[in-house]
Amino acid sequence: MRIGVLGLQGDYLEHHQVLRRLGVETVDVRLPSHLEGVDGLIIPGGESTTVGVLAERYGLIEPLRRMAEAGMPIWGTCAGMIFLAKDVGRPQPVLGLMDIRVRRNAFGRQIDSFEVDLEIPALARVGDSRPFHAVFIRAPWIEAVGPEVEALARLEDGTIVAAQQRHLLATAFHPELTDDTRFHRYFLEIVQQASRR
Amino acid sequence: MKQLAQRVYGTVIVKRGLAQMLKGGVIMDVVNAEQAQIAEEAGAVAVMALERVPADIRAHGGVARMADPEKILEIMGAVTIPVMAKCRIGHYMEAKILEALGVDFIDESEVLTPADEQYHVNKWEFKVPFVCGARDLGEALRRIAEGAAMIRSKGEAGTGNVVEAVRHARAIIGAIRRIQGMGEEELVAYAREIGAPYELVLETRRLGRLPVVLFAAGGIATPADAALMMWLGMDGVFVGSGIFKSENPYKRARAIVEAVTYWQEPEILAMVSRNLGEPMYGIDVRQLTEAQRLALRGW
Repeated sequence: MRIGVLGLQGDYLEHHQVLRRLGVETVDVRLPSHLEGVDGLIIPGGESTTVGVLAERYGLIEPLRRMAEAGMPIWGTCAGMIFLAKDVGRPQPVLGLMDIRVRRNAFGRQIDSFEVDLEIPALARVGDSRPFHAVFIRAPWIEAVGPEVEALARLEDGTIVAAQQRHLLATAFHPELTDDTRFHRYFLEIVQQASRR
Repeated sequence: MKQLAQRVYGTVIVKRGLAQMLKGGVIMDVVNAEQAQIAEEAGAVAVMALERVPADIRAHGGVARMADPEKILEIMGAVTIPVMAKCRIGHYMEAKILEALGVDFIDESEVLTPADEQYHVNKWEFKVPFVCGARDLGEALRRIAEGAAMIRSKGEAGTGNVVEAVRHARAIIGAIRRIQGMGEEELVAYAREIGAPYELVLETRRLGRLPVVLFAAGGIATPADAALMMWLGMDGVFVGSGIFKSENPYKRARAIVEAVTYWQEPEILAMVSRNLGEPMYGIDVRQLTEAQRLALRGW
């Protein structure tokens, strides 16, 4: 299995490190040609405007849409979630693959960034559903989800902060910043299922 | 791990984490809302809100202080990317004011006139993260010991001359390489020699890099300069006067953003470096007097 990590900007190295610890081969994706032979893609945290601008200039948007529509799993963390969303409430280049409405910088500025433990029942699929330690940094949240989207995690006030639409996964927080590999293993399960099809 | 039923703010992981999100990006100095929007459109990951860019601080002379809060708020209101602002070295109250304004990062900067020649700000007691300049590993680790969540080279701001940024980047990266080969007993002596806490030297050796994100700053003026700093092992770059003191700021800003992402692709660097117009006018650092050298401020 080969997992690409979009390396245009952001904390892509942290994702590579977690995946390698899990024994997975990773590829740095900065140009369309780097997508060859990739079974799944992670879009890391960073600035979604920067990632969008670069993805558009270097011709990554169309090939990514095509591959996702053909069933390639994609997981976006934070800025990656914004990049996956159909609706981000302002004009900026996005993939528009997931039927979610996302609000950028929803919690406020950096001083409003926080850590909290979340109940994520879906993680039982990787064998362990104890609370997940989630790190939110100038994070977005999900304001609305379409009929095909399942909310995976909510804050205590009901705000959706993780969601899945078949082979597409989005988290407002950063599992790559902690030692807990369950979310990465959860994504790898999705990739495995997709490649069996 | 203890379960956190409630949200916890301003932790080390949250502060260092924002710097991690900026990696592979360009942070640009801006002096008004219009420049901030140009920077954001060109792909900046953050802007530094200032009253004057370093080249103008040099030309203007006198005491350089924190910017007017009105100016900082104007810039915060103009963009969705993080906004940084500078306080003077050791100026605890300027830092408190910037935190109260809600800036996303504070740069305790030698570009402004130092307020305290003995102590830097104790950055642990703030919820907002700090970035500090350093010329070598000892200085970088002293700042981290005081709570800095990000380090940048000092370089020589406002000169358009990359030579000092290269010197500082090489000093930091070179020292990290050297400690990889040291035994514990050598490490204790080395930590004392460079004036850094032993624990942080040990952690740096184990990681093979600083425990926080390391950016280049001070004199970067072209896409090639930015790519050079990435090749030297920096995580990203600050561009101060280099963009808005050049002939075509938007085009140059965009080219520098692309150069940081594609520093390993010389063909792309060649393409983005074409027709950028005049760069900022540069200064030979050797012709500056000691008093004119901003990098010599702080310790």
